[in-house]
Amino acid sequence: MAETTYAATVAATLAAAMRADERVVVFGEDVALGGPYLTTKGLAEEFGTDRVVNTPISEAAICGVAVGAAQSGLRPVVEVMFVDFLTLALDQLVNGAAKAHFMSGGQLAVPMVLRTQGGAGQRGAAQHSQSLESWLVHVPGLKVVVPSCAREVAALLPTALADPNPVVVVESKTLYFRRETLPDGGVEPEPLGRARVLRRGSDVTVVATSRMVHDALEAAAELGAQGVEAEVIDPRTLVPLDLPAIAGSVARTGRLVVAHEAVRQGGFGAEIAAQVQEACFYDLDAPIARVGAPFTPVPLSPALEDAYLPGVAGILAGVRSVLG
Amino acid sequence: MAVETGRHPGGGELDAVVAQRLLTTMWRIRAFEERLEPLKRSGTVHGLTHLSIGQEAVAAGVCTQLADDEPVYSNHRANGHALAKGVDMGRLLAELMGRADGCCRGLGGSMHVVDLAHGFLGATGVVGGNLPLAVGSALAGRLLGHGRPVVVFFGDGAAQAGIFAESLNLASLWRVPVVFVCENNGFAEFTPRSAHTRVARVSDLAAPFHVAAATIDGNDVAEVHRAVAGMLAEARAGRGPFLLECLTQRLSGHYVGDPGGYRTALGDEAWRSKDPIERLVRRAVASGWFDEAASRTVEAAARGEVEAAVAFASASPFPDPGLPAELTYAR
Repeated sequence: MAETTYAATVAATLAAAMRADERVVVFGEDVALGGPYLTTKGLAEEFGTDRVVNTPISEAAICGVAVGAAQSGLRPVVEVMFVDFLTLALDQLVNGAAKAHFMSGGQLAVPMVLRTQGGAGQRGAAQHSQSLESWLVHVPGLKVVVPSCAREVAALLPTALADPNPVVVVESKTLYFRRETLPDGGVEPEPLGRARVLRRGSDVTVVATSRMVHDALEAAAELGAQGVEAEVIDPRTLVPLDLPAIAGSVARTGRLVVAHEAVRQGGFGAEIAAQVQEACFYDLDAPIARVGAPFTPVPLSPALEDAYLPGVAGILAGVRSVLG
Repeated sequence: MAVETGRHPGGGELDAVVAQRLLTTMWRIRAFEERLEPLKRSGTVHGLTHLSIGQEAVAAGVCTQLADDEPVYSNHRANGHALAKGVDMGRLLAELMGRADGCCRGLGGSMHVVDLAHGFLGATGVVGGNLPLAVGSALAGRLLGHGRPVVVFFGDGAAQAGIFAESLNLASLWRVPVVFVCENNGFAEFTPRSAHTRVARVSDLAAPFHVAAATIDGNDVAEVHRAVAGMLAEARAGRGPFLLECLTQRLSGHYVGDPGGYRTALGDEAWRSKDPIERLVRRAVASGWFDEAASRTVEAAARGEVEAAVAFASASPFPDPGLPAELTYAR
């Protein structure tokens, strides 16, 4: 068993992809220096700065460059340092990358991966802490992956890199340096669109994403001690979404709590709730509970940010509400 | 390489063969777009239909010099670029009519024309949106070892978008063989350029980025041809980027059906002095390449091709209802 981190697994997975395929290139601010979270550490040293390209602070153009490079035979990986800055590149991602295959009648393909990271908890304030993944799932043509740990990075990033479509991988800054043990033989790549059941339970289903997966497991352990068995599911990819896995679980437990760090309003939890009630309304024994952040920007002050962040307590409250 | 603003490397003089090719290309564009107007008004052609009548010299002068595997990115005013790059007229019209035999199977339309076989990598409905794609395509060409030049068309309106500066900066930083071709028709959508910027020429913006640039008369196809030939020769040798600003004149509104009142109408006399087709014919007659009757023959052939395209596109069915779901993701 090898101990590693989320960030090191990103770098190792990118390196493996670049070794296997010369068409894989990395663009982004400071990527040749390893980046602020070391997710591209060592790549420039091994592959040179022709393939690990430091860029100016031009998110829109970098994303557009990747689209053009992908349309002309490369498999670019773009790093947008904070998901908050994805706002600057959205035209290229939404109007360009996501629609090129469709608008060209299937002639063009955009096999690119856009890596970024979100999440609060590091006193980053309102412009460096957001969770904006629900914007992306609203755009047909994009795939959205939200790895919750190093194991999921190892399983899903290679698949994203091999996909013929634009895939956005939203990582979590608070998980980057979490230590984790991976099997010595490595982790086999897994297809997008398959949820993972992390804990079996028969009383309530908790669907959680990214950082909240760990809080959900902690909450489930606490509930277990109280005699309540929670089933914890990490969808891992939001597009495509493994609805059968979630609905199948809800059909057995009759109760659902969805938890994410993004603001509740318009969050992906709303989409899961809607799809679940369409799929198995009559299996539900209680209204679905959504756990997420309040509808305000992320505050700076530690006292306020700690209160703002959804966590174990919020998930426990959600479970209590559905257990009636 | 040295930065030269206001000049271009030269070469690409016209002769009888080249002049004939340019005349044919311009007439095909003119005839196609003149036919589009009634087709749009009758509801046969769908979507915003931006015409380039009066601007044909730029499309013809640039695209006829490119091989099929030398990519072109276009903008929202793409019909002329597409035809000049070799896109089949029938399939282009079928696309504008939303038919199954359209070059994009009816999913894209006028602002999203793509024809991979002819290196026409696409129009865009977002002003300036394709500028960085050309940079990326050229960078890919270098990394993949073929280093082909890439041309991207944009209007003067796009030069006011941030993406223009970002793209020019990256192209210059990476020294990629991109030829940025600006069609400066003096209007950004409905508003004259002078109301949007104090920068007189788009090429004025190139020097700070160390991009070699020139401003030319874009209604003179000979000048366009010569300027582009020089830049392409450099770009094919791996050098770049270049910016070519073509001063031109749109003779139609921003799109078919726009209010149009913003533009000072040119009198017949003024138009005859600017019309790129008439100017080429005068030059050809003076040079003894062909006479006016030959031009009328080319025009008639172009109009005949357009009618054949109308027949082809009209006979094409609308796409299968399952097509959008099938093509949202590549498999």
